[in-house]
Amino acid sequence: MAKGDAILEAKDVVIKFNLRGRTLTAIRGASLELNEGETLAIVGESGSGKSVLTKSFIGMLDQNGWVDSGSVMFEGRNLAALRDEKEWLAIRGKKIAMVFQDPMTALNPLLSVGAQIREVFELHHGLSGKAADHAVIDMLERVGIDAPESRRKQYPHEFSGGMRQRVVIAIAVACKPRILICDEPTTALDVTIQAQILDLIKALQRDLAFTTVYITHDLGVVANVADRVAVMYSGQIVETGMAEEVFYDSRHPYTWALLSSLPQLGVKGQPLYSISGTPPNLFNRISGDAFAPRNPKALKVDFVAQPPMFQISPTHRAATWLLDPRAPAMDPPPAILAMRAKLGGAKIGGAR
Amino acid sequence: MNGGEREAVLELKDLEVSFKVKGGDVFKAVKGVNFTIYKGETFGLVGESGSGKTSIGRAVVRINDASAGSILYKGRKINGKISRELDLEVVRKIQMIFQDPMASLNERAKVDYIISEGLYNIGVKRTEAERKDLVSKALLEVGLLPEFASRFPHEFSGGQRQRIGIARALIMEPELIVADEPISALDVSIRAQVLNLLSAIQKAKGLTYLFIAHDLSVVRFITDRIAVINKGEIVELAETEELFRRPLHPYTRALISAIPQPDPIAERGKVVTVYDPRCHDYSTQGPSWVDVGGGHFVLANAKEVEAYRAEMAAAQP
Repeated sequence: MAKGDAILEAKDVVIKFNLRGRTLTAIRGASLELNEGETLAIVGESGSGKSVLTKSFIGMLDQNGWVDSGSVMFEGRNLAALRDEKEWLAIRGKKIAMVFQDPMTALNPLLSVGAQIREVFELHHGLSGKAADHAVIDMLERVGIDAPESRRKQYPHEFSGGMRQRVVIAIAVACKPRILICDEPTTALDVTIQAQILDLIKALQRDLAFTTVYITHDLGVVANVADRVAVMYSGQIVETGMAEEVFYDSRHPYTWALLSSLPQLGVKGQPLYSISGTPPNLFNRISGDAFAPRNPKALKVDFVAQPPMFQISPTHRAATWLLDPRAPAMDPPPAILAMRAKLGGAKIGGAR
Repeated sequence: MNGGEREAVLELKDLEVSFKVKGGDVFKAVKGVNFTIYKGETFGLVGESGSGKTSIGRAVVRINDASAGSILYKGRKINGKISRELDLEVVRKIQMIFQDPMASLNERAKVDYIISEGLYNIGVKRTEAERKDLVSKALLEVGLLPEFASRFPHEFSGGQRQRIGIARALIMEPELIVADEPISALDVSIRAQVLNLLSAIQKAKGLTYLFIAHDLSVVRFITDRIAVINKGEIVELAETEELFRRPLHPYTRALISAIPQPDPIAERGKVVTVYDPRCHDYSTQGPSWVDVGGGHFVLANAKEVEAYRAEMAAAQP
């Protein structure tokens, strides 16, 4: 498969949860494609469904959740239709691996880090004895842990947060997965460590040639790592495009609001733009644009009809009625105009 | 901002905070910290986890004892043994806002009690009507409705809970608020609301903030001056924009270089510098706390100070 071809394609995915007899629709028809070798960042606030959507790619939805409709195509198979845990074992960890947010809880405190990495080689590669030891040492070295020969015998509590996250990454990539999903991989870490971990993931991606999905709310991290960005709100993807397109030429009012509320883009001494209200209750049926109630400049149609995805460029799409030819012209907020100006005449879009 | 006529609200002099660790050893979390916070300013204290920034904040509100040095509130020493009157005054005048609003509110108490708990503690006699009135006022000030007083914390979202935490501090009519990572546990869209609220309250009441955080981009937005702390020592202190324009200490530079910017083009070209403590040669002369000009302090020895002064001159604002 060539770089740039779709490796995973989610189409109109609807995910529901049963909570004490009531049904919550966490993902309300999300479509997303993932291209070979790229880094895609999924951005959104908590409850937007970014974790739930990606968990459905590895069959890790909570017991009370299910993919209600839609498909997730990967290697010619529809992952949304997989029911058997045995089938998942051939994909989860092996083909699609995940790095979790908190390295404190992702590791088993009772096993040495070497044993935890070794498990992967034993289960998935059938290695044992010396061969497994070598693989473990090699892996630890790869993720930048000094003296792997002795450190593999240590326990997670003897590692710092950043080092622990390196171990978690080692476990995730030990199987040479095709897709690595990183769920807020640096949120629990300090900025200087964060930069190192992001660089490590990039270097591994170059060496092992996997495709990376980041789930994060930190737009700084997104700008650092992403080729492409998908913005999620209330269980839907509201805007997607190349990183340049989403940062410098965003079109959806929610993306505008998200970017404008960043202190980095604020003007000192003036109030920051802030999003009023709270996200909609996903137990209820949502009609129209889910963001409309929090959007002071929402159009009338936003409350009535759900906007379709409008194509802005071959790579850039957004679901907002503002892009309809009948919509009134509306200027984005000042912070967004400033971002546009930053780009100047540089070319947007296309593959890098 | 020029010194001289500014009123110092809080002064830390050679402050040390130590903790006993297993085996009878003593761990110095804060080593000889000096700074002054003036009335009405927002003073940022920035560092990574384990740097001692929270220990300083907690020493100021007297949750931790200072093991050496002194903390002065408006010129009066407030650490160690102090008189009952001063104690009561300081309890009122220095309040704290905590990081995690999910953990800092008593789940079993109603908002009404949570907000007025401080009033009960300082033992000033008030009628029930007066107290209720104060609670309503505090709730309104933080943008919540007075009706919320009869509810429990679990009925609120993270942003609302943090507002309750702020109301609880405001009801004491403080002069200095120690805000320890007040927005880092909140969702992105809520952060801006809480930052705006903190600024608005400060303007309305002339409050002074000690803002403790690890996120330099937030600190840059909200503070007037910043102190950068590394391993218990403050390495640099300057007015906010000055610090970003001319960072001198290699640790500050490393920290600034690591901040992720929401700007893909800038991020791709960025070089993260790593701080290596071995870059300092303190074999012949150790570092001291020096003002290299205009209130820009840095921890350095004579040789480094010379180099920093030359750099400052080369990069005139």
